[in-house]
Amino acid sequence: MLPQIIFALVTFVAFWYAYKQYNRIWKNIHLGKEIKVTGDKSQRWKNVVLIALGQKKMFKKWIPGLFHFFIYSAFIITQIELVEIFVDGFLGTHRPFAAIFGGLYTFAISLIEVLSLLAFVATLIFLSRRNLLKIPRFHKPEMKGWPKLDGNIILYLELALVIGIFMMNGADTVLQSRGVEHYTQTGSFAVTSWLGPALFGGLSDGALMFVERTGWWMHFLVVLGFLNYLPISKHLHVFLAFPNVFYGRLTPKGEIDNMDEVTTEVKIMLGLEEPDPNADMSDLPEFGAKDIFDLTELNLLNAYTCTECGRCTEACPANITGKKLSPRKIMMDVRDRMELVGKNITDNKTDCIAAAKKTDGVVLSKENYDDGKSLFDSITKEELFACTTCNACVEACPVSISPLDIIVQLRRYDLLTNSAGPSDWMPMFNAIENAGAVWQLSTDRDAWTKD
Amino acid sequence: MEVKTMAQLAAEGKSPEILFWVGCAGSFDARAIKVTKAFVKILNTAKIDFAILGNEERCTGDPARRAGNEFLFQMSAMMNIETLKNYTFKRIVTTCPHCFNTFKNEYPALGGEFKIMHHSQYLEELIKTGKIRITPDGTIKGKKITYHDSCYIGRGNDIYEAPRSVLLELNTDIIEMKRCKSDGLCCGAGGAQMFKEDEPGDKRINTERAEEALATKADIVAANCPFCITMIEDGIKEKNAQDKVTVLDLAELIAAGLD
Ligand code: SF4
Ligand code: SF4
Repeated sequence: MLPQIIFALVTFVAFWYAYKQYNRIWKNIHLGKEIKVTGDKSQRWKNVVLIALGQKKMFKKWIPGLFHFFIYSAFIITQIELVEIFVDGFLGTHRPFAAIFGGLYTFAISLIEVLSLLAFVATLIFLSRRNLLKIPRFHKPEMKGWPKLDGNIILYLELALVIGIFMMNGADTVLQSRGVEHYTQTGSFAVTSWLGPALFGGLSDGALMFVERTGWWMHFLVVLGFLNYLPISKHLHVFLAFPNVFYGRLTPKGEIDNMDEVTTEVKIMLGLEEPDPNADMSDLPEFGAKDIFDLTELNLLNAYTCTECGRCTEACPANITGKKLSPRKIMMDVRDRMELVGKNITDNKTDCIAAAKKTDGVVLSKENYDDGKSLFDSITKEELFACTTCNACVEACPVSISPLDIIVQLRRYDLLTNSAGPSDWMPMFNAIENAGAVWQLSTDRDAWTKD
Repeated sequence: MEVKTMAQLAAEGKSPEILFWVGCAGSFDARAIKVTKAFVKILNTAKIDFAILGNEERCTGDPARRAGNEFLFQMSAMMNIETLKNYTFKRIVTTCPHCFNTFKNEYPALGGEFKIMHHSQYLEELIKTGKIRITPDGTIKGKKITYHDSCYIGRGNDIYEAPRSVLLELNTDIIEMKRCKSDGLCCGAGGAQMFKEDEPGDKRINTERAEEALATKADIVAANCPFCITMIEDGIKEKNAQDKVTVLDLAELIAAGLD
């Protein structure tokens, strides 16, 4: 009875804690502006199947793409075995599915084993690639400290997971062959049928039972660890890639969204519309994005989904030529800011309430939040204004993230609300406004027809 | 070279099939004007009924929007849309990817729905329908060509094949650069970078792209955008390779090979 009680307790605590964490992420994403989901639903599902499930973009670099696919499919298929672990854990049974499903069970576990073996090799390759090979995208300034450690931790956890599987199946196989009671016959598994005897063949029954239980608990605890580790890691993409790809934009990449909030005003300016005499002019509106509240929920979902793989940065012409701009860093900065703001709101840090909205008993919320900081504290103008809007980052991203969409909104804030921006642009702006062309020239627009 | 304006045609009670949208670069930049003229030559050869807006044309607002100056973009865009509403024509064709992209993707949200084609698509159509025939002349024949995908025709609107199929008419091989098609490298001009100095870095983007183009050992770099042409030409000059390699627009290449 005792193992069952411990198992139930551990499961309960892990799931309760995970619930709190995922709830935090859900809430933080909703700090952004609501999005309207428009366009062809079937296209959205198609994207989920091709890009998220099928990892179409990952295969642009087919070698890492293939290894990533091994790890990913092992991760998904292993969950079949996890179901049985839960049944066994709660009921104190041992591999009841073997009797129920027979040959199918042997096949499923064999598949898990083969994929796990491939994943094991892939993980070792990824670990050495990340730490030994000097691949520039893994060693940019934004990858120092936690992001680097994060990238390694998950790979070590993956190794532990696979080792757990082979320990429990391997020892089980040997115990079965000795006809030890309680160890149900499962048929021979693809990997542990030879790996088990090779590794554990010389152990006593008692030692084998210990190895089997250790592997079993290790597998189970690592999975729970994963569940709770993901929300603080770049590996959240395991789940979020799906909604992120689903909600991703379907319009051509060249299109920049219209700012409907200025259209009426421009129409009035041009005399195409009459001003509304009842319009409230007391609040000067702010345009563009200064902080996470001004970005959309999709932008924020993007930030949580980012895998920090750096494919965007590697393709960015500004970054390639040594400028400070790195689209990956933009996504990481947005995520960090979102985490900080979310935490302050959860902790109800009342010193973050905007002075004008501070009254007795008011709690901190997205409506009154003002900690004197914004995205501009981490994202500099030097980065923002180096972007050529070339969409290479958007094209490169394996999970349909658009750093460009955020860059444009921040630029809008600087130009429209701050009336700042690079001074080099002033002559161009003036020329468009006054001469209707990007250069202020005295010649006629059709002068070329005259010579 | 005589080119009618929409206003002139309207005064005669006529409306053309094609409105040729020339764009700021095509109207004022000495290098881009050569492309404009080459394209007009093609239109005339194909006996296309077309006109331009002339002084009624304004900047589409692309660099203003990408800089973040949305007010200025919408102002310029709406003025263009109002002007165009006064005229009838079947389609707009432009030699500028930026104008193409704003018309195709961004004007509809402001009430401007027009049929727009980039000249790489239109040239493909003229060739396919037999309106123009090409026999590559001495300047092109036997030369190796590499093709630079502009961001707003390539990734921005996923047009990769039309320009290449036009180039194949010239009976030459296209040697692709290391980064091409959806992975193509920007020339460095987009996002209003054309109008400002670069941020500090190791090198200019156009230098990087020119190096890639030179690495193909091609004699001609074909492009489809006036800003790309300026950028890549500058990069090639920086490398002192201007005597060996020429940068030409698709329209110039086709115009040179017209029967
Ligand atoms: S759109 Fe901007 S950030 Fe993205 S790759 Fe191009 S220059 Fe870099
Ligand atoms: S934005 Fe996309 S490409 Fe860039 S680091 Fe994140 S996941 Fe990778």
